[in-house]
Amino acid sequence: MSGYNFAYLDEATKRMIRRALLKAVAVPGHQVPFGSREMPLPYGWGTGGIQVTASVIGADDTLKVIDQGADDTTNAVSIRRFFARVAPGLRTTERTAEATVIQTRHRIPETPLREGQVLVYQVPQPEPLFRLEPRRAETRRLHALADYGLMQVKLYEDIARHGRVGSSYDHPVMVNGRYLMSPSPIPSFDNPKMHRSAALQLFGAGRERRLYAVPPYTEVRSLDFEDHPFVPLRANGRCSLCGAGDSYLDEVVTDDRGGRIFVCSDTDFCTQRQTMREAAE
Amino acid sequence: MSDGPILSARDVSIAFGAVRAVDGVSLDLWPGEVLAVVGESGSGKSTLLRLLAGEARPDAGTVLYRDPSGATLDVHGMGEPARRRLARTEWGFVHQDPRDGLRLAVSAGGNVGERLMASGARHYGDIRTEAARWLERVEIPAARIDDAPRLFSGGMRQRLQIARTLVTRPRLVFMDEPTGGLDVSVQARLLDMIRALVADLGIAVILVTHDIAAARLLAHRLVVMRHGRVVEEGLTDRVLDDPRHPYTQLLVSSVLAA
Amino acid sequence: MYVAVKGGEAAIANAHAWLAEERRGDTGVPEVGTDAIREQLTLGVDRVMAEGSCYDPDLAALAIKQARGDLIEAIFLLRAYRTTLPRFGASAPIDTGAMTVRRRVSATYKDLPGGQVLGPTFDYTHRLLDFALAAEGLTPPAAAETDPGEDAAPPRVTGLLAAEGLMAAEEPSDAEPGDLTRTPVTFPAGRPLRLQNLARGDEGFLLSMAYSTQRGYGNNHPFVGELRQGDLAVCFTPPELGFEIELGDLLVTECQMVNQFHGSRSEPPQFTRGYGLVFGRTERRAMAMALMDRALRAAELGEDVEAPAQDEEFVLSHSDNVEATGFLEHLKLPHYVDFQSELESVRAMRTAVKAERQRAPAEAAVRQSETEGAGG
Repeated sequence: MSGYNFAYLDEATKRMIRRALLKAVAVPGHQVPFGSREMPLPYGWGTGGIQVTASVIGADDTLKVIDQGADDTTNAVSIRRFFARVAPGLRTTERTAEATVIQTRHRIPETPLREGQVLVYQVPQPEPLFRLEPRRAETRRLHALADYGLMQVKLYEDIARHGRVGSSYDHPVMVNGRYLMSPSPIPSFDNPKMHRSAALQLFGAGRERRLYAVPPYTEVRSLDFEDHPFVPLRANGRCSLCGAGDSYLDEVVTDDRGGRIFVCSDTDFCTQRQTMREAAE
Repeated sequence: MSDGPILSARDVSIAFGAVRAVDGVSLDLWPGEVLAVVGESGSGKSTLLRLLAGEARPDAGTVLYRDPSGATLDVHGMGEPARRRLARTEWGFVHQDPRDGLRLAVSAGGNVGERLMASGARHYGDIRTEAARWLERVEIPAARIDDAPRLFSGGMRQRLQIARTLVTRPRLVFMDEPTGGLDVSVQARLLDMIRALVADLGIAVILVTHDIAAARLLAHRLVVMRHGRVVEEGLTDRVLDDPRHPYTQLLVSSVLAA
Repeated sequence: MYVAVKGGEAAIANAHAWLAEERRGDTGVPEVGTDAIREQLTLGVDRVMAEGSCYDPDLAALAIKQARGDLIEAIFLLRAYRTTLPRFGASAPIDTGAMTVRRRVSATYKDLPGGQVLGPTFDYTHRLLDFALAAEGLTPPAAAETDPGEDAAPPRVTGLLAAEGLMAAEEPSDAEPGDLTRTPVTFPAGRPLRLQNLARGDEGFLLSMAYSTQRGYGNNHPFVGELRQGDLAVCFTPPELGFEIELGDLLVTECQMVNQFHGSRSEPPQFTRGYGLVFGRTERRAMAMALMDRALRAAELGEDVEAPAQDEEFVLSHSDNVEATGFLEHLKLPHYVDFQSELESVRAMRTAVKAERQRAPAEAAVRQSETEGAGG
């Protein structure tokens, strides 16, 4: 598209964002403020992720965009089309293994990531403490002092009331033993994939104007108690399409009489398995 | 017991505009000792407590704390991270209004457990057991462990605040009118409980109160404040039975008259 | 020259003439017709109908034209007209479950009976100015017609959850709800009046209050269970006839938010509902309304009421933009009399302070010696 720089943002803005990202990588899990720009997509649609992707991507990259694990969800399609439009030469793919940059909303792909890949998370709310302390001036102090007793109290309360930890998504993690971090609203099922991942994980929150990062092979521990260890949750079932029993599943309602089936939320993973199964038959 | 005071203040002063709220106060607190600061409201005693606890910074003077290793730390020079760490481990603060010292929406167990978790406890069962033990110690039925303190009476809230503060066995506790705002019958029971717990745990306490009877019951030593200054100090019995400063005589006689 | 004296009549007449001229703008440019506003500024028309509490696209378009595009002014005009209308009776409650949907999305299920119907939405447009629109005479190609077919009235998502016992049931009631346009609201107002208030509350206010709940000031963990938009018949039984007749169609948007489970060890956890229903296609207000409905149920659901968005009296008392703009703008009216008293009062106080300062140095010295005496 004429009239716009490669990947929409001007080079000075990209440099500013990359500088903030370098700081974020240097201090894993720490939220770095950045001069988030107005984007042609609304806040909440992934403006943070888009700005991060736009700043790190080059014409020789291969981009994959997923939303809820799927390449074909409306928002994923929209963002992929946006980059195809504003980044001439950029290749796009739906294959996790082929991608160099993967922008995601709410999932981590099932296929393990490798060195050299960058996973860009869209983050609606970077502050993991916001439900307990809404004032960001105060949460900043709590982070500076590593004063996270409040979050542990919340987990205690969950167990006391419900017998288990209540957060099934966006379950807070400690990064590198220092900073409490929101993993973004990924299901708790995906939390363990962050731990010592070979890929670089970048997080962008456009509306809240914060970036943060988890460098490759960094320790990422989900908050829990010794006697109530963190348990990743998934629906108890198998994918109706590929038969997977270990992937994260979406529930699909088939009628209004209680009928429902489960399918893999990761469409690429599911497609690969179906292809392999057909080849084997 | 130890070679020096656990807390020493020297020439501590603070002014609010033209008002010298605390004016050149010096005092020492020894390990295991209960020191009461008495005076009328407006005498500067609560402000002094906040200065001693590091919650406010004095215009002049120093406050030194002696940690368990015997090292001397400057309370106002140590920086906020270190002070906050102290505040949730070796120190405690009991507020007059329990709402200031409790999380009203968090269960009683969570309130007591918070300090344990803040100092690294990560075993839910152990935290809960310890919380239950402390609730019993302050005479709150263990069955109420999952109730939020907003459902509690004023006296119960105050006892919960004390459990929450003492659960990590602090060495030094600051108390600001802990029985203020409670019924007289509730006050007596609470004072007995505080006296037993403090003696049992060997905690050093600075108690700010306008209540001479409370001071007589709990304190080993007394400091009498007026207009931001210490006008008299000494052993509790000596000060109350043989007050020397006219202001102290007035304070003591008014309580006798009451 | 502006001199505030009597005889404002001429000034008012002149101002009105100037206003009419400004409204028309450059006469070399064709005048905009109310039909053009009704057909092309539809979301503005919808907002004016919703907050004006009067479903009439023609009147709303007229109000927008007359208000020079100031929507709050247009809402005011429509409200002022509405209030003059005689009231014949109440229609039968509309059933949004029977709606012929033109848009229906759920964020909680990837697919569900009736499917996801995007409809005419900005959602996935890229916000790039389309300069082609600046050129005149362009007619967009017709959109591919999708036959709503059998699923035109799909089942409600909240119904699916309720069938599994996962959605807290609403207490049915045959009680006649109050009418805040006829009876002043007293607090606590209760949910029916809250919903009425929210349905016509200022969109910006609702939006900001709802947003504050998302940022931690009163949490409710919302998911859009379902957003549906479409036409519904309005039916009425005139007493003279004794049987129901159809008066016409309403275009409405309904949002059902599915919120954080509520419960304890004794009560099984369930999802709770936040409800929004508005005239027209302004789904931002339907969603904000649903978040606010849920936030205002905090006390009823045993949650702490701490944030502004959970405070019924605060929200309901400040949501109405006709009231708000009136009171705010009335500060432009003359307040000479009150201000004159303020002037006199401030002058008197300043005189007193000055006198005090002149006496002060001497007294301060006396106080100092007293303090030293007491301390010694």
